[in-house]
Amino acid sequence: MQVRLWGTRGSVASPGPETVRYGGNTACVEVRTGNAVLVLDAGTGIRQLGASLRGHHGRIDLLLTHLHLDHLQGIGFFEPAFRQEIELHIWGPPSTTADLRQRLSRYLSPPLFPVRLRDLGPHVLLHDIPHEPFRIEDATVEGQAIIHPDPTVGYRISDESGTLAYLPDHEPALGAPTFPLAPEWTSGHALAEGVDLLIHDAQYTAAEYPARVGWGHSSTEHTWAFALQAGVRRLVTFHHDPGHSDAQLDALVEELQRRDGPEVVGGTEGLEIAL
Amino acid sequence: MAQPIELILVRHLAGRLALPTFLVDADGRLVFYNEAAEPILGRRFDEAGEMAFEDWTSVFAVRDERDQLVDVDQIPLARALLTRRPVHVRVAITGLDGSPRALEVSAFPLEGQGAQLLGAVALFWESAIEEG
Repeated sequence: MQVRLWGTRGSVASPGPETVRYGGNTACVEVRTGNAVLVLDAGTGIRQLGASLRGHHGRIDLLLTHLHLDHLQGIGFFEPAFRQEIELHIWGPPSTTADLRQRLSRYLSPPLFPVRLRDLGPHVLLHDIPHEPFRIEDATVEGQAIIHPDPTVGYRISDESGTLAYLPDHEPALGAPTFPLAPEWTSGHALAEGVDLLIHDAQYTAAEYPARVGWGHSSTEHTWAFALQAGVRRLVTFHHDPGHSDAQLDALVEELQRRDGPEVVGGTEGLEIAL
Repeated sequence: MAQPIELILVRHLAGRLALPTFLVDADGRLVFYNEAAEPILGRRFDEAGEMAFEDWTSVFAVRDERDQLVDVDQIPLARALLTRRPVHVRVAITGLDGSPRALEVSAFPLEGQGAQLLGAVALFWESAIEEG
Protein backbone atom coordinates (compact mmCIF):
# COMPACT_ATOMS: atom_id res chain seq x y z
CA MET A 1 0.00 0.00 0.00
CA GLN A 2 1.35 3.41 -0.99
CA VAL A 3 0.04 6.52 0.74
CA ARG A 4 0.59 10.12 -0.30
CA LEU A 5 -0.71 13.25 1.42
CA TRP A 6 -1.94 15.87 -1.08
CA GLY A 7 -3.59 18.12 1.46
CA THR A 8 -3.15 18.13 5.24
CA ARG A 9 -4.62 21.43 6.42
CA GLY A 10 -7.86 21.63 8.37
CA SER A 11 -10.81 23.98 8.14
CA VAL A 12 -9.67 26.30 5.36
CA ALA A 13 -6.83 26.43 2.84
CA SER A 14 -3.95 28.44 4.26
CA PRO A 15 -1.14 28.96 1.75
CA GLY A 16 1.77 31.23 2.60
CA PRO A 17 5.42 31.32 3.52
CA GLU A 18 4.73 30.08 7.06
CA THR A 19 2.91 26.93 5.90
CA VAL A 20 5.07 25.78 3.01
CA ARG A 21 6.25 22.47 4.47
CA TYR A 22 3.10 21.22 6.15
CA GLY A 23 1.14 22.73 3.30
CA GLY A 24 -1.88 24.93 2.80
CA ASN A 25 -4.16 22.54 0.91
CA THR A 26 -7.08 20.95 2.75
CA ALA A 27 -7.63 17.24 3.26
CA CYS A 28 -6.82 14.82 0.48
CA VAL A 29 -4.90 11.53 0.67
CA GLU A 30 -4.11 9.10 -2.14
CA VAL A 31 -3.95 5.41 -1.30
CA ARG A 32 -2.74 2.87 -3.86
CA THR A 33 -3.02 -0.83 -3.34
CA GLY A 34 -2.09 -3.44 -5.94
CA ASN A 35 -5.21 -2.75 -8.01
CA ALA A 36 -7.14 0.07 -6.34
CA VAL A 37 -6.76 3.82 -6.57
CA LEU A 38 -8.43 5.30 -3.51
CA VAL A 39 -8.76 9.00 -2.79
CA LEU A 40 -9.61 10.00 0.75
CA ASP A 41 -11.52 13.29 0.81
CA ALA A 42 -11.78 16.02 -1.76
CA GLY A 43 -10.20 19.04 -0.11
CA THR A 44 -8.21 21.47 -2.22
CA GLY A 45 -5.31 19.00 -2.39
CA ILE A 46 -7.34 16.88 -4.80
CA ARG A 47 -6.72 19.28 -7.69
CA GLN A 48 -3.06 18.35 -8.01
CA LEU A 49 -3.82 14.68 -7.39
CA GLY A 50 -6.28 14.77 -10.29
CA ALA A 51 -3.62 16.20 -12.58
CA SER A 52 -1.23 13.42 -11.57
CA LEU A 53 -3.80 10.81 -12.65
CA ARG A 54 -3.90 11.89 -16.32
CA GLY A 55 -2.25 8.62 -17.34
CA HIS A 56 -4.68 6.53 -15.34
CA HIS A 57 -7.54 4.70 -16.99
CA GLY A 58 -10.21 2.65 -15.31
CA ARG A 59 -11.66 2.95 -11.86
CA ILE A 60 -11.05 5.51 -9.10
CA ASP A 61 -12.82 5.47 -5.74
CA LEU A 62 -13.26 8.72 -3.83
CA LEU A 63 -14.06 8.07 -0.16
CA LEU A 64 -15.49 11.12 1.61
CA THR A 65 -15.42 11.19 5.39
CA HIS A 66 -18.06 13.92 5.51
CA LEU A 67 -19.29 16.87 3.51
CA HIS A 68 -17.79 19.87 5.29
CA LEU A 69 -16.30 22.18 2.68
CA ASP A 70 -12.66 21.62 3.59
CA HIS A 71 -13.20 17.99 2.57
CA LEU A 72 -15.28 18.72 -0.51
CA GLN A 73 -14.20 22.01 -2.00
CA GLY A 74 -11.77 20.48 -4.50
CA ILE A 75 -14.21 18.03 -6.08
CA GLY A 76 -15.14 20.40 -8.88
CA PHE A 77 -11.46 20.66 -9.81
CA PHE A 78 -10.75 16.92 -9.84
CA GLU A 79 -10.01 16.14 -13.50
CA PRO A 80 -11.19 12.51 -13.40
CA ALA A 81 -14.67 13.76 -12.54
CA PHE A 82 -14.83 15.23 -16.05
CA ARG A 83 -13.23 12.29 -17.90
CA GLN A 84 -15.97 10.02 -19.22
CA GLU A 85 -13.61 7.06 -19.64
CA ILE A 86 -12.94 7.00 -15.89
CA GLU A 87 -15.31 5.05 -13.65
CA LEU A 88 -15.47 7.35 -10.64
CA HIS A 89 -17.14 5.93 -7.54
CA ILE A 90 -17.89 8.45 -4.80
CA TRP A 91 -18.62 7.07 -1.35
CA GLY A 92 -19.94 9.12 1.55
CA PRO A 93 -21.61 8.80 4.94
CA PRO A 94 -25.34 8.22 4.95
CA SER A 95 -27.68 10.78 6.43
CA THR A 96 -31.09 10.16 7.95
CA THR A 97 -32.71 12.79 5.75
CA ALA A 98 -31.12 12.82 2.30
CA ASP A 99 -29.00 10.58 0.11
CA LEU A 100 -25.46 11.40 -0.96
CA ARG A 101 -26.53 12.75 -4.36
CA GLN A 102 -28.96 15.24 -2.81
CA ARG A 103 -26.42 16.43 -0.27
CA LEU A 104 -23.53 16.72 -2.73
CA SER A 105 -25.81 18.63 -5.08
CA ARG A 106 -26.25 21.35 -2.49
CA TYR A 107 -22.64 22.32 -3.13
CA LEU A 108 -22.28 21.22 -6.75
CA SER A 109 -24.98 23.52 -8.09
CA PRO A 110 -25.46 27.29 -8.59
CA PRO A 111 -25.03 29.66 -6.91
CA LEU A 112 -22.25 27.89 -4.95
CA PHE A 113 -20.69 26.17 -8.00
CA PRO A 114 -21.32 26.59 -11.74
CA VAL A 115 -21.28 22.87 -12.63
CA ARG A 116 -24.08 20.63 -11.45
CA LEU A 117 -23.38 17.14 -10.14
CA ARG A 118 -25.75 15.66 -12.71
CA ASP A 119 -23.77 17.32 -15.53
CA LEU A 120 -20.69 15.25 -14.73
CA GLY A 121 -22.21 12.25 -16.47
CA PRO A 122 -23.00 8.60 -15.89
CA HIS A 123 -19.39 7.68 -15.22
CA VAL A 124 -19.79 9.16 -11.72
CA LEU A 125 -21.44 6.65 -9.38
CA LEU A 126 -22.54 7.54 -5.85
CA HIS A 127 -22.78 5.21 -2.88
CA ASP A 128 -23.67 5.49 0.79
CA ILE A 129 -21.00 3.85 2.91
CA PRO A 130 -22.28 0.38 3.86
CA HIS A 131 -22.52 -0.58 7.51
CA GLU A 132 -20.35 -3.63 6.87
CA PRO A 133 -16.79 -3.81 5.45
CA PHE A 134 -16.71 -3.92 1.66
CA ARG A 135 -14.20 -4.62 -1.09
CA ILE A 136 -12.75 -2.25 -3.65
CA GLU A 137 -10.53 -4.27 -5.95
CA ASP A 138 -7.93 -5.84 -3.60
CA ALA A 139 -8.62 -3.44 -0.71
CA THR A 140 -11.00 -4.04 2.18
CA VAL A 141 -12.65 -0.84 3.34
CA GLU A 142 -14.59 -0.24 6.51
CA GLY A 143 -16.34 3.03 7.32
CA GLN A 144 -17.72 3.73 10.78
CA ALA A 145 -19.38 6.78 12.26
CA ILE A 146 -17.12 8.79 14.55
CA ILE A 147 -17.60 11.86 16.73
CA HIS A 148 -17.64 15.02 14.62
CA PRO A 149 -20.52 17.40 13.87
CA ASP A 150 -22.84 16.12 11.09
CA PRO A 151 -22.66 12.60 9.63
CA THR A 152 -18.97 11.69 9.57
CA VAL A 153 -17.10 8.43 9.15
CA GLY A 154 -13.53 7.30 9.62
CA TYR A 155 -12.01 4.63 7.41
CA ARG A 156 -9.98 1.50 7.94
CA ILE A 157 -8.36 0.22 4.74
CA SER A 158 -6.46 -3.04 4.44
CA ASP A 159 -4.64 -4.91 1.74
CA GLU A 160 -2.11 -7.70 1.88
CA SER A 161 0.68 -5.28 2.84
CA GLY A 162 -0.93 -3.65 5.86
CA THR A 163 -3.69 -1.54 7.34
CA LEU A 164 -4.33 2.20 7.36
CA ALA A 165 -6.83 4.15 9.48
CA TYR A 166 -7.92 7.63 8.40
CA LEU A 167 -9.79 9.80 10.91
CA PRO A 168 -9.06 13.36 9.81
CA ASP A 169 -11.84 15.06 11.76
CA HIS A 170 -12.44 13.44 15.12
CA GLU A 171 -13.16 14.56 18.66
CA PRO A 172 -13.21 11.32 20.65
CA ALA A 173 -12.70 13.19 23.92
CA LEU A 174 -15.98 15.09 23.59
CA GLY A 175 -18.02 14.67 26.75
CA ALA A 176 -15.84 11.89 28.16
CA PRO A 177 -15.24 12.37 31.90
CA THR A 178 -11.71 11.09 31.41
CA PHE A 179 -10.02 10.29 28.15
CA PRO A 180 -9.76 7.69 26.93
CA LEU A 181 -12.52 5.54 28.41
CA ALA A 182 -12.49 1.78 27.81
CA PRO A 183 -11.84 0.94 24.14
CA GLU A 184 -15.43 -0.10 23.40
CA TRP A 185 -16.59 3.32 24.60
CA THR A 186 -13.99 5.27 22.64
CA SER A 187 -15.11 6.66 19.29
CA GLY A 188 -13.04 5.30 16.42
CA HIS A 189 -11.09 2.76 18.45
CA ALA A 190 -12.19 -0.25 16.40
CA LEU A 191 -11.10 1.50 13.20
CA ALA A 192 -7.66 2.32 14.51
CA GLU A 193 -6.90 -0.73 16.63
CA GLY A 194 -3.51 -2.19 15.76
CA VAL A 195 -3.10 -0.43 12.42
CA ASP A 196 0.26 0.09 10.75
CA LEU A 197 -0.54 3.71 10.02
CA LEU A 198 -3.02 6.09 11.65
CA ILE A 199 -3.69 9.46 10.01
CA HIS A 200 -5.51 11.44 12.68
CA ASP A 201 -6.85 14.86 13.49
CA ALA A 202 -4.35 16.86 15.58
CA GLN A 203 -5.74 20.33 15.13
CA TYR A 204 -5.25 21.95 18.51
CA THR A 205 -2.72 22.31 21.24
CA ALA A 206 -3.80 21.22 24.71
CA ALA A 207 -4.06 24.90 25.65
CA GLU A 208 -6.30 25.73 22.66
CA TYR A 209 -8.73 22.83 23.08
CA PRO A 210 -10.83 24.05 26.06
CA ALA A 211 -12.08 27.04 24.07
CA ARG A 212 -12.98 24.79 21.12
CA VAL A 213 -14.80 21.89 22.76
CA GLY A 214 -17.50 20.54 20.47
CA TRP A 215 -15.96 21.86 17.27
CA GLY A 216 -15.15 18.30 16.28
CA HIS A 217 -11.37 18.14 16.58
CA SER A 218 -8.64 16.81 18.82
CA SER A 219 -5.79 18.29 20.73
CA THR A 220 -2.42 16.63 20.18
CA GLU A 221 -2.76 15.20 23.70
CA HIS A 222 -6.03 13.49 22.75
CA THR A 223 -4.52 12.30 19.48
CA TRP A 224 -1.61 10.77 21.34
CA ALA A 225 -3.81 9.09 23.96
CA PHE A 226 -6.08 7.72 21.23
CA ALA A 227 -3.16 6.32 19.22
CA LEU A 228 -1.55 4.82 22.31
CA GLN A 229 -4.75 3.07 23.38
CA ALA A 230 -5.31 1.75 19.85
CA GLY A 231 -1.78 0.35 19.73
CA VAL A 232 -0.96 1.84 16.33
CA ARG A 233 2.52 1.42 14.88
CA ARG A 234 2.86 4.86 13.32
CA LEU A 235 0.88 8.08 13.79
CA VAL A 236 0.70 10.86 11.21
CA THR A 237 -0.64 14.16 12.52
CA PHE A 238 -3.22 15.72 10.21
CA HIS A 239 -5.86 18.44 9.81
CA HIS A 240 -3.50 21.11 11.05
CA ASP A 241 -5.04 24.29 12.35
CA PRO A 242 -4.90 27.02 9.68
CA GLY A 243 -3.33 29.32 12.24
CA HIS A 244 -0.42 27.02 13.01
CA SER A 245 2.86 27.74 11.24
CA ASP A 246 5.43 25.16 10.20
CA ALA A 247 7.55 26.09 13.22
CA GLN A 248 4.64 25.61 15.63
CA LEU A 249 3.74 22.27 14.06
CA ASP A 250 7.35 21.11 14.22
CA ALA A 251 7.38 21.86 17.95
CA LEU A 252 4.14 19.92 18.54
CA VAL A 253 5.37 16.92 16.58
CA GLU A 254 8.81 16.93 18.24
CA GLU A 255 7.21 16.95 21.67
CA LEU A 256 5.23 13.81 20.77
CA GLN A 257 8.28 12.16 19.22
CA ARG A 258 10.09 12.32 22.56
CA ARG A 259 7.50 10.03 24.18
CA ASP A 260 7.48 6.24 24.34
CA GLY A 261 4.85 4.82 22.04
CA PRO A 262 3.96 4.93 18.37
CA GLU A 263 6.36 6.47 15.88
CA VAL A 264 5.09 10.00 15.19
CA VAL A 265 5.40 11.68 11.80
CA GLY A 266 4.28 15.22 11.07
CA GLY A 267 1.75 15.17 8.24
CA THR A 268 3.39 17.31 5.59
CA GLU A 269 1.99 17.93 2.12
CA GLY A 270 3.68 15.55 -0.32
CA LEU A 271 4.64 13.02 2.36
CA GLU A 272 4.77 9.48 0.95
CA ILE A 273 4.61 6.36 3.08
CA ALA A 274 4.80 2.74 1.97
CA LEU A 275 3.28 0.02 4.13
CA MET B 1 -17.35 -4.99 21.18
CA ALA B 2 -17.32 -1.41 19.96
CA GLN B 3 -20.47 0.52 20.80
CA PRO B 4 -22.26 2.53 18.09
CA ILE B 5 -21.32 6.18 18.11
CA GLU B 6 -24.88 7.14 19.06
CA LEU B 7 -24.64 5.09 22.27
CA ILE B 8 -21.25 6.59 23.07
CA LEU B 9 -22.67 10.09 22.70
CA VAL B 10 -25.75 9.27 24.83
CA ARG B 11 -23.53 7.81 27.52
CA HIS B 12 -21.36 10.93 27.54
CA LEU B 13 -24.46 13.11 27.71
CA ALA B 14 -25.98 11.00 30.50
CA GLY B 15 -22.74 11.22 32.42
CA ARG B 16 -23.23 14.97 32.64
CA LEU B 17 -26.95 15.04 33.43
CA ALA B 18 -28.46 15.39 36.88
CA LEU B 19 -31.48 13.54 35.51
CA PRO B 20 -31.30 9.81 36.28
CA THR B 21 -30.68 8.03 32.98
CA PHE B 22 -30.54 4.37 32.03
CA LEU B 23 -29.15 3.08 28.71
CA VAL B 24 -29.54 -0.32 27.05
CA ASP B 25 -28.19 -1.56 23.72
CA ALA B 26 -30.19 -3.14 20.89
CA ASP B 27 -30.16 -6.52 22.66
CA GLY B 28 -31.57 -4.94 25.79
CA ARG B 29 -28.27 -5.26 27.61
CA LEU B 30 -27.86 -2.62 30.31
CA VAL B 31 -24.71 -0.82 29.23
CA PHE B 32 -24.81 2.28 31.44
CA TYR B 33 -26.63 4.25 34.07
CA ASN B 34 -25.42 7.54 35.37
CA GLU B 35 -24.54 8.74 38.87
CA ALA B 36 -27.93 10.38 39.25
CA ALA B 37 -29.59 6.98 38.73
CA GLU B 38 -27.45 5.23 41.31
CA PRO B 39 -29.61 6.20 44.35
CA ILE B 40 -32.71 4.98 42.54
CA LEU B 41 -31.18 1.69 41.56
CA GLY B 42 -29.34 1.30 44.83
CA ARG B 43 -25.88 0.55 43.54
CA ARG B 44 -23.10 2.34 41.70
CA PHE B 45 -22.78 1.39 38.03
CA ASP B 46 -19.10 0.66 38.56
CA GLU B 47 -20.14 -2.02 41.06
CA ALA B 48 -23.14 -3.40 39.19
CA GLY B 49 -21.54 -3.30 35.74
CA GLU B 50 -23.24 -4.24 32.51
CA MET B 51 -26.13 -6.69 32.78
CA ALA B 52 -27.90 -8.90 30.28
CA PHE B 53 -31.60 -8.14 29.66
CA GLU B 54 -32.69 -11.21 31.64
CA ASP B 55 -30.60 -10.14 34.60
CA TRP B 56 -31.54 -6.50 35.04
CA THR B 57 -35.23 -7.12 34.39
CA SER B 58 -35.25 -9.65 37.19
CA VAL B 59 -33.00 -7.72 39.60
CA PHE B 60 -35.01 -4.47 39.50
CA ALA B 61 -38.55 -5.34 40.60
CA VAL B 62 -40.95 -3.02 38.78
CA ARG B 63 -44.55 -2.55 39.99
CA ASP B 64 -47.34 -0.56 38.40
CA GLU B 65 -49.65 1.99 40.04
CA ARG B 66 -51.85 -0.85 41.33
CA ASP B 67 -48.79 -2.42 42.97
CA GLN B 68 -48.85 -5.32 40.52
CA LEU B 69 -45.57 -6.72 39.24
CA VAL B 70 -45.06 -5.53 35.68
CA ASP B 71 -44.39 -8.20 33.05
CA VAL B 72 -40.89 -8.04 31.66
CA ASP B 73 -42.04 -6.90 28.21
CA GLN B 74 -44.08 -4.09 29.84
CA ILE B 75 -41.15 -2.58 31.76
CA PRO B 76 -40.91 0.91 30.19
CA LEU B 77 -37.41 0.48 28.79
CA ALA B 78 -38.19 -2.98 27.43
CA ARG B 79 -41.44 -1.70 25.94
CA ALA B 80 -39.68 1.18 24.20
CA LEU B 81 -37.10 -1.22 22.78
CA LEU B 82 -39.59 -3.89 21.69
CA THR B 83 -42.23 -1.55 20.25
CA ARG B 84 -39.86 1.19 19.04
CA ARG B 85 -42.29 3.69 20.58
CA PRO B 86 -41.90 6.14 23.46
CA VAL B 87 -43.42 5.31 26.83
CA HIS B 88 -44.25 7.44 29.86
CA VAL B 89 -45.61 5.74 32.98
CA ARG B 90 -45.61 5.80 36.80
CA VAL B 91 -44.00 2.79 38.43
CA ALA B 92 -42.41 1.70 41.68
CA ILE B 93 -38.97 0.17 41.39
CA THR B 94 -37.19 -1.84 44.05
CA GLY B 95 -33.52 -1.43 43.37
CA LEU B 96 -30.48 -3.42 44.32
CA ASP B 97 -30.55 -1.95 47.85
CA GLY B 98 -34.04 -3.41 48.44
CA SER B 99 -35.75 0.00 48.82
CA PRO B 100 -38.92 0.71 46.77
CA ARG B 101 -39.13 4.08 45.05
CA ALA B 102 -42.06 5.74 43.25
CA LEU B 103 -40.98 7.03 39.88
CA GLU B 104 -42.17 8.49 36.66
CA VAL B 105 -40.30 7.04 33.70
CA SER B 106 -39.96 8.24 30.14
CA ALA B 107 -38.37 5.72 27.81
CA PHE B 108 -37.69 5.99 24.12
CA PRO B 109 -35.93 3.93 21.45
CA LEU B 110 -32.72 5.02 19.73
CA GLU B 111 -32.73 4.59 15.98
CA GLY B 112 -29.75 5.39 13.79
CA GLN B 113 -29.00 5.44 10.07
CA GLY B 114 -31.33 3.29 8.02
CA ALA B 115 -33.75 2.99 10.98
CA GLN B 116 -31.28 0.64 12.68
CA LEU B 117 -32.35 -0.02 16.26
CA LEU B 118 -29.41 0.87 18.50
CA GLY B 119 -30.91 0.67 21.96
CA ALA B 120 -33.17 2.63 24.28
CA VAL B 121 -32.97 5.25 27.00
CA ALA B 122 -35.02 5.71 30.15
CA LEU B 123 -35.19 8.93 32.16
CA PHE B 124 -36.48 8.85 35.73
CA TRP B 125 -38.24 11.37 37.95
CA GLU B 126 -38.61 10.43 41.57
CA SER B 127 -42.08 11.16 43.00
CA ALA B 128 -43.66 10.75 46.42
CA ILE B 129 -45.20 7.32 47.10
CA GLU B 130 -48.96 7.78 47.21
CA GLU B 131 -50.71 6.10 50.12
CA GLY B 132 -53.56 3.88 48.86
